[in-house]
Amino acid sequence: MTLLLEVKDMTMQFGGLTAVSNFNLRLNKGEIVGLIGPNGAGKTTCFNVITGEYIPTKGQIVFYISENVNGQIVSKEIDITRSRPDQITKLGIARTFQNIRLFKNLSVLENVLIANHLNVKSNFLTAAFKFPAYQREEREMREKSLELLKELGLEKFKNEKSSSLPYGLQRRLEIARALATQPKLLLLDEPAAGMNPQESIELMNLINQIKEKFDLTIFMIEHHMPVIMGVCERILVLDYGITIAEGTPKEIQNNQKVIDAYLGVETIA
Amino acid sequence: MKKKTITSLLIILAVIICLIIAQRTLDSFSLRILNLSGVYIIFAVSMNLINGFTGQLTLGHAGFIAVGAYTYSLLIMDSDLKQMNFFLKPLISPLDTLQLGFFPAMIIAGLLAALTGFLVGAPALRLRGDYLAIATLGFGEIIRIIFTNTQSITNGSLGLKGIPKPDNFFFIKMDNSLMWWIWVAAIITVVFHLLLIDSSYGRAFKAIREDEKAAQAMGVSLFKHKVMAMVISSFFAGIGGALLASLIGTIDPLMFRFTLTYNILLIVVIGGMGSTSGATISAIVVTVLMEALRFLDQGFLGLPELPGLRMVVFAILLLIVVLFYPKGIMGNEELTWSKLRRLFGKPFAAKEVNR
Ligand SMILES: Nc1ncnc2c1ncn2[C@@H]1O[C@H](COP(=O)(O)OP(=O)(O)O)[C@@H](O)[C@H]1O
Ligand SMILES: [Mg+2]
Repeated sequence: MTLLLEVKDMTMQFGGLTAVSNFNLRLNKGEIVGLIGPNGAGKTTCFNVITGEYIPTKGQIVFYISENVNGQIVSKEIDITRSRPDQITKLGIARTFQNIRLFKNLSVLENVLIANHLNVKSNFLTAAFKFPAYQREEREMREKSLELLKELGLEKFKNEKSSSLPYGLQRRLEIARALATQPKLLLLDEPAAGMNPQESIELMNLINQIKEKFDLTIFMIEHHMPVIMGVCERILVLDYGITIAEGTPKEIQNNQKVIDAYLGVETIA
Repeated sequence: MKKKTITSLLIILAVIICLIIAQRTLDSFSLRILNLSGVYIIFAVSMNLINGFTGQLTLGHAGFIAVGAYTYSLLIMDSDLKQMNFFLKPLISPLDTLQLGFFPAMIIAGLLAALTGFLVGAPALRLRGDYLAIATLGFGEIIRIIFTNTQSITNGSLGLKGIPKPDNFFFIKMDNSLMWWIWVAAIITVVFHLLLIDSSYGRAFKAIREDEKAAQAMGVSLFKHKVMAMVISSFFAGIGGALLASLIGTIDPLMFRFTLTYNILLIVVIGGMGSTSGATISAIVVTVLMEALRFLDQGFLGLPELPGLRMVVFAILLLIVVLFYPKGIMGNEELTWSKLRRLFGKPFAAKEVNR
């Protein structure tokens, strides 16, 4: 098992409100880990801290990347606690948003193309004047994006305005867009929210499928218990910012603290 | 060659033919309006890059134009002319004897404006929304006030007079070489912006406009791209400033008040925030209209002279546009053949080609 991401004793306060306290997380390569908890428990805040949206009040976030140094694979640790979101994305952490944040007025294809921009080597002049090197980059970007759209069953909508897609497909497009940044770690914030049972099952299959295909590690927030139980190997439970339980889906389902936390909010299926 | 490239070249050719006809047939007053339109195309298209495409409401354009206009004027005037202008306080050396040709002077004007754009943008673009607008507005005014007070460089509020026009266009002597400089610069500005927006960088700009957080999460560096848009925008503003100085022949700090920025913003809003073709069309329409409505100020139909009536009528026209076309004439889309076809209906309705 190789470590990919480590969150050490992270606390995030907003003024007097402690949204997350002493959060610890170790993600290994190839895992799918779930994060659950009642509304306002601090789940999205955890994502925002990992992706650099917020700098934590306390604690450290370390990302491990393997580098090829003279033919040898060397693991290198990078402290991303204070890095900017775009730098973190470049390192290989991509995310989706709880409230879908597509580029609404742009086409489905453009949405995915933008996620390729971080790899563009041409400068703005050679790009504007369409130098051969840029044309090659643009062609590759398009090919990759179209392939990704095909993979996620969005190809026939490529020229549609992204906001015109039905809700479920918008969520899919957000995943496609995140994948286009070529992440090693994918953070999904309530990907099944607003989906019907049928769509949820399709989503589960999709998550398993992209995990294999793109060699991903996935950390996801989800409320739909069947989805979480169906894909996650390990689950963390947050309540009022405190990690109250951690374990396999089975263990979590029978954990008294978890049941209490959810009581009156939602019953675990 | 692609179909798109061919049509673009045809359009440019058509513009050039129109210009040739115009310079033979138009009187000097109409030619002046034509040239002014060209300059305003440069102003509007460049302001649209940062305000329309990148979605950063900045109001410092007049400042960058001023930098371009002054740089150009100080580089193009000969030492005798400078001595005549700077009679209160002499111009500092080496500016007093330095003289360059039209093209290098214009390019340096653009580069200095771009540098100013960077110096203003780097701190200001950390702000958003209203704060950004106010900060850039302030910077624009600061530039103007500096120009008013550095008398030994800019001649202060006296301004500069007798700024010469170019007598050649790329070493070809001709009567209306300034018109060619202006319109070639305008065409290059439009084409460059269309090409830039059509590239990965253009998509990144639009992504920032659509949703900053999402753009950043996709790996787009906000700061880098915002500053880039600002620097490119101010470069072209500087080029436009140089051409304006050359066209008008006289500049002083009062020309570069906030009203100039406001007028350009007006053109951009009427054309459509985020449409280069919209800004182009709107620049021509507004400039021509501003001049055509001049008779209103001078009294007509027996009415007394009413300076400012022109602006009142203009404001009403603006209101009408905003009411009926809230997104401007073009919205955030470009003019295409298929759109023209739809506009003019059946006679042109060939089968839509799927691209
Ligand atoms: N930027 C912010 N400023 C102030 N409070 C915030 C901010 N972001 C989140 N919070 C608060 O932190 C708590 C946790 O929110 P969040 O992480 O969104 O919960 P959830 O588990 O539902 O995703 C909530 O009380 C929320 O109001
Ligand atoms: Mg949340």
